Amino acid sequence: MLKYLLRRLGVAVLVALTVSVITFSLIYLSGDPAIALAGDSASNEEIEHIRKAYGYDRPIIVQYGDWLARAAQGDLGRSHYLKANISDVILTRLPNTLILALCAISFALVLAIPLGVAAAIRPNSLIDRFALSLAVVGQALPSFWFALILIFFLGIQLRWLPITGTDSWMNFIMPAIALGYYVTPGVMRLTRAGMLEVLSSDYIRTAKAKGLRPPAVLFKHALRNAIIPVVSLAAVQFGFMLGGSIVIETIFAINGLGFLAWETIQRADLPMMQAIVLVLSCFYIVITFLADMLNAFLDPRIRVT
Amino acid sequence: MTPQDATTTAPGIPPAAAAILEPSPMAQLRRRVFGHYGILIGGAVLGIIFLVAIFAPYLTPYHPILDQDLANALKPPFWHDSPKYDPAYPLGTDLQGRDYLTRLIHGSRISLLIGFSAMLISGVIGTTLGVAAGYFGGRVDMVVNFLITTRLSMPVVLVALAVVSLVGSSLWIVIWVLGLLIWDRFAVVMRSTTMQVRNLDYVAAAQACGCSTLRIVMSEILPNVANHLIVVATLEMAHAILLEAALSFLGLGVQPPAPSWGLMISEAKGMMFFDAWLIGVPGTALFALILSINLLGDGVRDVTAPENRN
Amino acid sequence: MSDTILEVRDLVIDIPVAAGMLHPVQSISFDVKRGETLSIVGESGCGKSLTSLAVMDLLPLRAKRTASVLTLDGEDLLSAGERRMSDIRGNKMAMIFQEPMTSLNPAYTIGNQLVEALLRHKQVSAAEARTRAIYLLEKVGITAAASRLSQYPHQLSGGLRQRVMIAMALMCGPDLIIADEPTTALDVTIQAQILHLLADLQKEFNMGMILITHDLGVVARVADRVAVMYAGQIVETGTAKQVFENPTHPYTQGLIECIPIPGKTERGAHLGSIPGIVPSLVGDLSGCHFADRCRYAMDACRSGRVELTGSFEDGHVYRCALTPQQCAANLTKGAA
Repeated sequence: MLKYLLRRLGVAVLVALTVSVITFSLIYLSGDPAIALAGDSASNEEIEHIRKAYGYDRPIIVQYGDWLARAAQGDLGRSHYLKANISDVILTRLPNTLILALCAISFALVLAIPLGVAAAIRPNSLIDRFALSLAVVGQALPSFWFALILIFFLGIQLRWLPITGTDSWMNFIMPAIALGYYVTPGVMRLTRAGMLEVLSSDYIRTAKAKGLRPPAVLFKHALRNAIIPVVSLAAVQFGFMLGGSIVIETIFAINGLGFLAWETIQRADLPMMQAIVLVLSCFYIVITFLADMLNAFLDPRIRVT
Repeated sequence: MTPQDATTTAPGIPPAAAAILEPSPMAQLRRRVFGHYGILIGGAVLGIIFLVAIFAPYLTPYHPILDQDLANALKPPFWHDSPKYDPAYPLGTDLQGRDYLTRLIHGSRISLLIGFSAMLISGVIGTTLGVAAGYFGGRVDMVVNFLITTRLSMPVVLVALAVVSLVGSSLWIVIWVLGLLIWDRFAVVMRSTTMQVRNLDYVAAAQACGCSTLRIVMSEILPNVANHLIVVATLEMAHAILLEAALSFLGLGVQPPAPSWGLMISEAKGMMFFDAWLIGVPGTALFALILSINLLGDGVRDVTAPENRN
Repeated sequence: MSDTILEVRDLVIDIPVAAGMLHPVQSISFDVKRGETLSIVGESGCGKSLTSLAVMDLLPLRAKRTASVLTLDGEDLLSAGERRMSDIRGNKMAMIFQEPMTSLNPAYTIGNQLVEALLRHKQVSAAEARTRAIYLLEKVGITAAASRLSQYPHQLSGGLRQRVMIAMALMCGPDLIIADEPTTALDVTIQAQILHLLADLQKEFNMGMILITHDLGVVARVADRVAVMYAGQIVETGTAKQVFENPTHPYTQGLIECIPIPGKTERGAHLGSIPGIVPSLVGDLSGCHFADRCRYAMDACRSGRVELTGSFEDGHVYRCALTPQQCAANLTKGAA
């Protein structure tokens, strides 16, 4: 187990380093970051000033090393545009994004896992067909369009829910649905397929032959094994949600990282942009690492070697 | 010798067994394809959208961008029982007075072009990486796995937005950015399927015959993973189309005045209170296109591997 | 408490398939007495496994089971609902399956899976259940039993897993134990050990046992009574001695000719084989199912229904149109 953990941790660190290199080089895509930062109307002097202030005049390797070393200590630099520490700005925006992503993944799992289990218990039944159509339709709905539809019906026509902002928990209902529904088809299909496979396995027959009641067979013996791949998928999707909430946060004006990212990109605030990409990537790496650990806990074949 | 083995000495097939001989694989496949509602519906819808995209200029008398007339702005569509409805604009007109149907029709070109091209780019990258990892294993596999993990840890929408904002946005830049970003599923699926096929006897036989690696991959591996490749290709095409729509919706994809469906939704979202159909029409088109591609992909998976059906 | 543990009369299993109705088991009857091993023998697909699943009421959902009598220790199982059946399963009758590698749940320890049935059926504490699990693991010949309890299935070999499966079946002290090809998936050397273990335990705990196998060599060593199945019917049944010394049905004779006998069968000698394959059991069936493969088939064999009537000794019956004398003559001819 320890060996597995260490190897997995090593991979995570290596991925994080690679991501940091890519993220760092991102700002050089525009050619000269100083020009991009200064804007189109800047004079040569202003550009030179910015180049000095940000240290873009140093060799790239030095710039990267410096940036990484600071980032490792939690200092992501200063936002020229917001005149604030990037770390502080990100920390104030982060909670909204985390709440939204947690609500969204909870919504998706609460909807998808029971549906997948029910569909697997009675294949080709009415509930199975319902679940399948839901999955097919769900996978084809563009999330931003679905969000607008929700706003139109629940927000404008029925006036049940607030449309924008983060004032109360009610504000998070529509964004969570709009962000989470896209994950339900995948989770549901995986749960269903896993349950179908497990339910026809020999050890389920053994459990039945022991005279266990259906709930024990279904939950203790079947779901425990079928859920293992679902954990991985849910973790990956949760990571995607943190990064993908940019569209939903923009539509619902939720003051989170995604909204911040969109604003940042619009005003070409390069250091901030770098920082957000790095932070979200690291979140993903940490989450998938934790999911692998959870899987090792659930599946003794990984844990006990 | 067990009693079971006795059956192997069977002299000829008795009549009972002959009765259950099945039709040829091709005939079976054909029957499954034409008996599969998903393939029929998905294929039909996608086919129609494809034809519409090809013949777009001949289908409407207007130009999607140039024919604007502010006096005719925001005409309602035919299902709105309104005196303002003008039969010359069956789906009404947008803010600039452009025929909405014309823009919708021309928008299909953008979606299909982006979806197909980005899928092709990502397919080439992902398949190459995946097949190499699955075929060679060992260190190559480790490197490819690492690349996949790294790619997955970077948020697609955000990176795409950042790159497009830095490099500038045009149709082809969006295509390349998406193509370079979404190869991960190709690589994952091709890696695992190649691994399975690689260990089969006919690959070993080809190796024993002294075939070159390239030849084995081209003639033994790829044909046997083709069905998985097609399924992933449909998924990624749909994915690319959705991403383009999202980017354009955020204002950093295809630029106005191009009639991208995502952009049309974005331009109309301010009108949502009064003219919700402006959002409904391009959204429905987007939904129908993605649905048809997905149905086709699911169908291909079902008919080529009926034993794995869900 | 009666002497007969399990009584089965006219058990029929039907499964609807694409081509029509499949009849994998057609009206079979047998008894199992306390302390007795009944061996059901037959080739793959003859319906022997389905028969055992039918007794446990664990058939696939599509399969339909009917019978005139199905009692366990005097209790009617046909009218028992799913709730009552789940009380009986694992408690009064238990089953050992063919695949020890996949029949244990990979997610739980051996100990957890062993005590599960006991805690479900009997009023015992967790500590008592654990003690019994250790006792039975030792009984089935597993060393360091206490430490095995915390191991996971993937840490054990196939032979060990099958021993665990046997211990698991014995946890509640069942009256009847059904072993469905318990040794097929194991190495030959392990097979003999497991088989002897089963036979010993069956005598020690005085249980009734149904041993399902396609290996006549296995049967000869442990069975008290034998039922030979072919294409969904019992074609011959009797005591092991009767069937082995005086095989009557041409199919039984064919099976026995296939067994090499150490010391008797010469090196390089031709072992018997039965030509042809099992008939399809879909749709209406008539005549003797074995007719297409039988050396002695007559026109009369191909129509009507051949009953289990021929009987020339107490309890030894067979399903064939030939007389016992003709059969005996066939046997000597075949051996010559």
